[in-house]
Amino acid sequence: MNSIIEIKDLNLYYGEFQALRNISLEIPEKAITAFIGPSGCGKSTLLRTLNRMNDMIPGTRVEGTVSIAGRSIYSNDVDVETLRKRVGMVFQQANPFPKSIYDNVAYGPRLHGITDRKRLDEIVEKSLRSAVLWHEVKDHLKRSALSMSGGQQQRLCIARALAVEPDILLMDESTSALDPISTLKIEELVQELKNRYTIVMVTHNMHQAARVSQQTVFFLGGEVVEYSETKQLFSNPTDKRTEDYISGRFG
Amino acid sequence: MVKRLEFDQALDEIAQRLTEMGDTVEKALTGSIEALKNVDVEEAKRIVAADTELNQMEETITEIGTRLIATQQPVAKDLRRILIAFKISSDLERMGDLSVDIAKVVLRLEGQALIKPLLDLPRLAALVSIMIRESLQSYVDENVDLAYKMAKDDDQVDALYSQILRDLVAIMSNDTKTIAQGMLLCFVGRYIERIADHATNIGESVVYLVTGKRPELNQ
Repeated sequence: MNSIIEIKDLNLYYGEFQALRNISLEIPEKAITAFIGPSGCGKSTLLRTLNRMNDMIPGTRVEGTVSIAGRSIYSNDVDVETLRKRVGMVFQQANPFPKSIYDNVAYGPRLHGITDRKRLDEIVEKSLRSAVLWHEVKDHLKRSALSMSGGQQQRLCIARALAVEPDILLMDESTSALDPISTLKIEELVQELKNRYTIVMVTHNMHQAARVSQQTVFFLGGEVVEYSETKQLFSNPTDKRTEDYISGRFG
Repeated sequence: MVKRLEFDQALDEIAQRLTEMGDTVEKALTGSIEALKNVDVEEAKRIVAADTELNQMEETITEIGTRLIATQQPVAKDLRRILIAFKISSDLERMGDLSVDIAKVVLRLEGQALIKPLLDLPRLAALVSIMIRESLQSYVDENVDLAYKMAKDDDQVDALYSQILRDLVAIMSNDTKTIAQGMLLCFVGRYIERIADHATNIGESVVYLVTGKRPELNQ
């Protein structure tokens, strides 16, 4: 498998506090990589470095390199808007805009200059189909996104992220606010999406990581403890701390 | 380390029940050989009847393990611990069945005098008794070295078993009237040898528990 994201000697500080320590990782393309670890271990911080969401937190300092498809994303000539178009993100709480379903999905493409109605229709349908939402909403695209169920809203957010045709999709606890059925739908959806996109997910649900991902990274105290194939990590981890964490004996 | 109280207690219970099963199997083997030496039909009947207890023990272990998988989502070594409990209890149950097979030979020998004084079969059974104990000890202590040592014990068992067959074949060749009983005694040797194989399987399960890899001790 080719790696699309390469992280080398990454250190990240929030002011005095060092949140990430000497992280070096290669994340394969068109696969699902899960980040697991206890609260405060740095997994979400690392996820946010992949599309520079940490830039918005004052006092953040980044050392080391993060490259996507061979290009450093922290060099001065990188346009953050373009980066975030390539690296989409879905959050813990579904956050649809208070607009129609259609306008939510068309928002990104419009922002990037697409105005042709027919072209937008195509993008909206394709994105909603990719997010396995099309059949549920195709007859009421003008309805407010806020009228949808939580699971539908989260899939709408995925459709919205896909509408700008990213290469990478970051998912930060994207199913933790959903019921088991909606969770399962999203898990099936990301299985489908991995054939076309690289997916990196942070999850507190270890069994979700085990079910869904091909690679798993276990973080502790801002460091990578273990990074291996998911089936290996959950059946026979090499580090005692990983074993303790995944078997619920951590602390 | 955080304790998962209910889960850990259930795992301990499985371990304890497996040890009890091991003790019961060893008694069944020793008892059936004693019964054979003395052609003690009453003792043999008792052993046949007691086998249901082992079957129940296996079922209980399966139930506890299934409940833990369904409710506790065990992974890694915790999961292996449960998987090998299924395997070990099934091996022990088979060992119990084989002891019953020996006891059933005793029932068929009722009223007969033995064609030879039994020395080697009890020796074979004694070796295998030690293996049963070692297999459970290696499980309790998670002792991989002891598990590997059982592969060597098994070689000794195989050698003695071959010798027993040779001796019995010699007796049967000399006197065809001994064939009926001689065959049954050959079977007894075979049953004991099979019990040793199952004990070796338990050793393999222990290696799998500790290392996560499947060895082949039964060569």
